[in-house]
Order: sequence, then C-alpha cells, then structure tokens
Amino acid sequence: MTEYPPTVVPSPTPPAVERPSLQGDKRESGWFRWLCGGAAWSSMLMLMLLLASVAYLGLGRLSWDFISNFDSQIDPSKSGVLAGLWGSFWLMALTVLFTVPVGVGAAIYLEEYASDDWFTRMIQVNLSNLAGVPSIVYGILGLTAFVRMFGLFDRGGTIAEMLGGQVQAVRVLGVSIPLPFGSAVLSGALTLSLLVLPVVIVAGQEALRAVPASIRQASLALGATKWQTIRHQILPAALPGILTGVILAVSRAVGETAPLVMVGAAVFFRHSPGGINSPMDAVRDPSSVLQAPFDDYTALPMIIYNWVKFRDYQEAAAAGIIVLLSCLLLMNGAAIIIRNKYQRGTSR
Amino acid sequence: MTSSASPAPAPKPPRPTWVVEGATTPWTRWSEVAIRVSLQLCALLSVVTTAAIIFVLLDNTVYSVTGGGAFFQRAEVSVVDFLFGTEWHWEDDKYGVLPLVCGTLLVAGIAALVGLPIGLASAVYLSEYATPRLRGIIKPTLEILAGVPTVVYGYFALLFITPYLVKPLFHGLLGFDVETFNVLSGGIVVGVMIVPMVCSLSEDALRAVPRSLREAAYALGSTKYDVSAKVVVPAALSGVVASFLLAISRAIGETMAVTIACGHLPQVTGNIFGPVQTMTAYIVNVTESEVALGTAEYESLYAVALVLFLMTLVMNVISRIVTRRFREVYE
Repeated sequence: MTEYPPTVVPSPTPPAVERPSLQGDKRESGWFRWLCGGAAWSSMLMLMLLLASVAYLGLGRLSWDFISNFDSQIDPSKSGVLAGLWGSFWLMALTVLFTVPVGVGAAIYLEEYASDDWFTRMIQVNLSNLAGVPSIVYGILGLTAFVRMFGLFDRGGTIAEMLGGQVQAVRVLGVSIPLPFGSAVLSGALTLSLLVLPVVIVAGQEALRAVPASIRQASLALGATKWQTIRHQILPAALPGILTGVILAVSRAVGETAPLVMVGAAVFFRHSPGGINSPMDAVRDPSSVLQAPFDDYTALPMIIYNWVKFRDYQEAAAAGIIVLLSCLLLMNGAAIIIRNKYQRGTSR
Repeated sequence: MTSSASPAPAPKPPRPTWVVEGATTPWTRWSEVAIRVSLQLCALLSVVTTAAIIFVLLDNTVYSVTGGGAFFQRAEVSVVDFLFGTEWHWEDDKYGVLPLVCGTLLVAGIAALVGLPIGLASAVYLSEYATPRLRGIIKPTLEILAGVPTVVYGYFALLFITPYLVKPLFHGLLGFDVETFNVLSGGIVVGVMIVPMVCSLSEDALRAVPRSLREAAYALGSTKYDVSAKVVVPAALSGVVASFLLAISRAIGETMAVTIACGHLPQVTGNIFGPVQTMTAYIVNVTESEVALGTAEYESLYAVALVLFLMTLVMNVISRIVTRRFREVYE
C-alpha cells in the first residue's frame, strides 16, 4: 500500500466582489414589508377611529329612554329608536321568511338537481351579476313592483278598471291589506329579500357542496328517493353552513338604508308596525301580529340617516349607530359561534 | 385544466328525467317531480328578478309598455341632450346626465385611489408576510369593516373625516377652500369601504398561485420583495384586476355614504373640495322630495338608474371576462 501524502484541498476562496445589490434588495424588501403591513393595519386604524368617533358622541346619549322612546320631531333629547327597532325587527323576520325557503330551494336545485346545461349556467352567471347590482336599483324595483305595483291599482290602472274604480285595500281574515302595498313593511321586506337572495343562494350552495358525496350515495343505495335523501341526510348536514349564510345575509339587510328610502320607510315616525311596542302587546292582541306586515314603518338605519341631516340630532344619530352596530354584532357573533361549532364538528 | 387530479368522469348516458330513484308508489313518484319543479321555480326567481329590473328601468325610461309614460317619450326630453348635456336643472327641463356621471366618477376615482392600493397591499401582506396569529386579527377586522352599514360610513365622513381630517389638512395646511359637503371625504370613506372586498378577492387570487413558483423564485436568489411583487402578484394579475373592477363597480353604486357626505349640487367639475351630486344621491334626493307621480322629474329617476345599472353591469361583465380569459392556469 502506498502512502499518499495528505492532500490539502484548497478551499475555494470567496470572490472578493462586494454584493451591494443584495444589501439593497434587503433594504427594499424591508421597506416593502412595512408598506404592506401598514396598509393592512390601516384598516384596523380606520375601524378604531370610526368606533371611537361614534362612541365619543353617542355614549352619553345612550340610555334606556333612548331605546324605549319614540322619535321626536321637536325635542332631540327626547327622541328614541323604539319604532325603528320594531320596524327593523319586522323587516328582518319577513325577510327571513321569504329568503330562507326560496334561497335554500334554489341552492338545492342548483347543487343537487341541475345538470350542467345552458339553463344552469345562465342562472349562475345571473346570480353573480345580481350580487353586483347596486342596492338602490333594487330599491327602484321595489318602488315600482311592490309599492306602486306598476300602477295597476291606481286610477285608470288595468286591475282598477276591471274592478270598477280605484281600489284602496282588501280585508282578508280581519286584516286590511292595502293595494298596492304602498309603504308597508311588506314592500320593504320583499325588496330586501330580493336584495339578499343571491347571497343566501351562494352560501347555501357552498354549504351543500361541502356535504360528502358518500352520504348521498349511502342514502340512495338504501333505497331512499332523491328528495328523501336531501330532506333527511343532506339538509341536516348542511344546516349550520346555511344558517351562517342566512344570518350574515340578514344582517346585511338590516343595515341597508338606500332601498328603504326608495320604498318609503317613514321619518319622524311614532308608531310601531301593528301597534306592537313590546312582546306583551303581541300576546294581548294576537291579531296585531297579522296586521303588522301591512302597516307603515320606519327602520333603525332610516332613523339614523334622517338624524344625520340635522345638527341638533347628531348625538342621537351616534347613539342610534351604537344600537344598530350592537344588533349587527349580536347577529354576527351568533353566526361565528355556529360556524366554529360546525367546523369543530367536522374535523373530529 | 384544473389542478384537481381526479380523472374526468365518463359521460353518463342520457336518462329520462321522469325516472325517479327509489320511488315505488305513484304518490312518491309524483311528489318527487313536484318538488323538483318547485325547486326549479325558486332558482328561476333570480332570473325573474333580473328581468324585472331591466323591464322596470326600460319601461319607464325608453318606451312605456304599461302605459305610465316613459322619460324619453316626453316632448321636453331628448336622448341626445340626456346623454351629452352638461346641465341638470329639472326646474327648466334641462336633463343632461353628465354632471351626475361626473360626480359619480369623481367619487369612484378617489375611492379607487384610496381603496385599491390599500386593499392589494393588505392582500399581499396577508398572503405573503403575516403569521397565522396576525392573520387572525386582521381578517376579522376586515370582515367587521365590510359589515358596517353604509349609513354609518356616511356619518363618519360627514362628522369625522371632513372636520378633523380633510379640513385641517387641506384648508388649514394647504389653503384650499374646503366645503362641508365635499367629494374628497365621500371618496375616502367609499375607499375604506371597498378595502375588504379588494383584499379578500385579491388574497384568494394570490393564494391560488402555486408554491412551486415562489420556491423557484427563492431558489434563484430572489428576496421576499422580488417574490411578492415580481412573481406572485403578476401571476395572480387576472384575479387582482377582477377584484379591482368589482370594487370600482361597488364604488359607483354606493349610495348612502355619498348622499350624506358629498352634497346635492349637480355640476361638471374637477374640484374635489366642493359638493357634487352622484347618480345614486340624485335618486335618493328625488325620492325624498316626494315628486308627483308622472312628472318628467319622477321619470328621470328611472333614466338615471338605468345609466347606473348599465355602468355597474359593464364593470361586472368585464371583471368576469378578465377572470375567465386571462387566468393563468398552473399545474
């Protein structure tokens, strides 16, 4: 065996070239990072500013009287949001009543029944277009189709002529239903329903899509019909997702003002729909519950919008905003709780 | 095309729609069909809504089918004057829509200048830089911001942005003549309003860029800045542009904040410190002033709404085309 002298491998000397470009890059990189971070945190700053400015003006004005009083055109310090709270409640209840069956039904059709043909594609494209239509355009639709009903019941209108003269209202089961609907809660609720329907449908579709196909196949394999499968297996599994979507959509509807201005929510209004000022009123006189959807109304955002226009009412407006934001926060909180529970349920 | 690896399912043989799985009795069979049809009707309602919107707007603007009279059918109104007239005074029958369009575009322009860069930068931060913990703070903040009713933004613009931000800065410091109702405040809050939308849509696009692209760029010695600004954002460009277009469309259609903050003076102007009237604000103002049914002013509402509807529709359609056509598909 030959002994080899230990070889010294010369380590490659690092090139004596400076790398200023890398350093420059590093600085540039840091600058970019701060810029993006600043942008992201600026949203937080804006939210804080918004809440602080509202709280600063409004907290002092907030009291139980503010919630339990009607609006006052004379004295800003005595005005309250009671009529608006009940108006918004009725709008919300009716909107849920209309959107949930129709929205979930449409979602079920699109996810479970529809084949991928031109009709389905048209509906999908149409849904995403509807989601981009400004809310005030829905307001105009509501004004024409629900408040005025295309003038069919006006003097000289087609239906009015057929019935002989002008129609004011019809009485069904002791409830007087104005024709056309005019500025009733029902007009507002129908308009808001059309507005949030695309949101509910898309949320419903996503919830249904998340249900594993194995559930479907197992149910069908056991001999269930398509509807039995949907009704007893798929809908229960998709329910939390649907519920979250509905709550988010309705909370959007509650905050909408522009369509309500169009369909005639009243200002400085001192009357709750159906005359129901507390839950006890509804128990005492159940027929008022049926009358409420056909009464005139005002709504919380409508009151705020009206107050903002008057200098004397600005504190009241801030207090009204606090009430509105609290309601929305409650609803969104409920949605988040449902979502979290659901997510934990599936990951287990 | 898509990244999902599942093989394409074999084409199913066509099957008559009246065959219902599992239905044994005529009653079950019949109810299955009835349910299917009623669900289909629910889905059809969205199409009916669109058709109703278009019908209502055209019926009252272009040609009246229901007999109520349409805006363009009036003697005092001409289509050319409406489209190209620069004066909007309904008192002397001057209906030129350009002042309203100008107001709308000014507000939307300022909103875009404020909202688009902030939205995109936030999206880059969320998708490239933020730790999960920071993400968990910023994401909900943006969701809350998106959920704040627009009337609250209007209040914020009128009672905070104008007196405490715009006036001290541009009036006190720079000496511009800032009025109580001005375009700038409205534009700023509408900009804040569209940040969540731009951010969430852009972030989705940025996250869809595959990891391999980022890793390849790092392997070539890129810094984080290079990767984010020169690789990821260009790769997601179609999604980012689509989110921009949707956001601008939203800014154009925004109503309450603009009505409260920007005033009611229809004029063709470039002055962002003075009042204008946007199309949406005009619609609200006319409705509130309780104009008599069947007057030209009342019908002008529909004409303005038609212009507004068409503008937002075009933006939305372009946005969809951009997503479809220019999407880079990665394996």
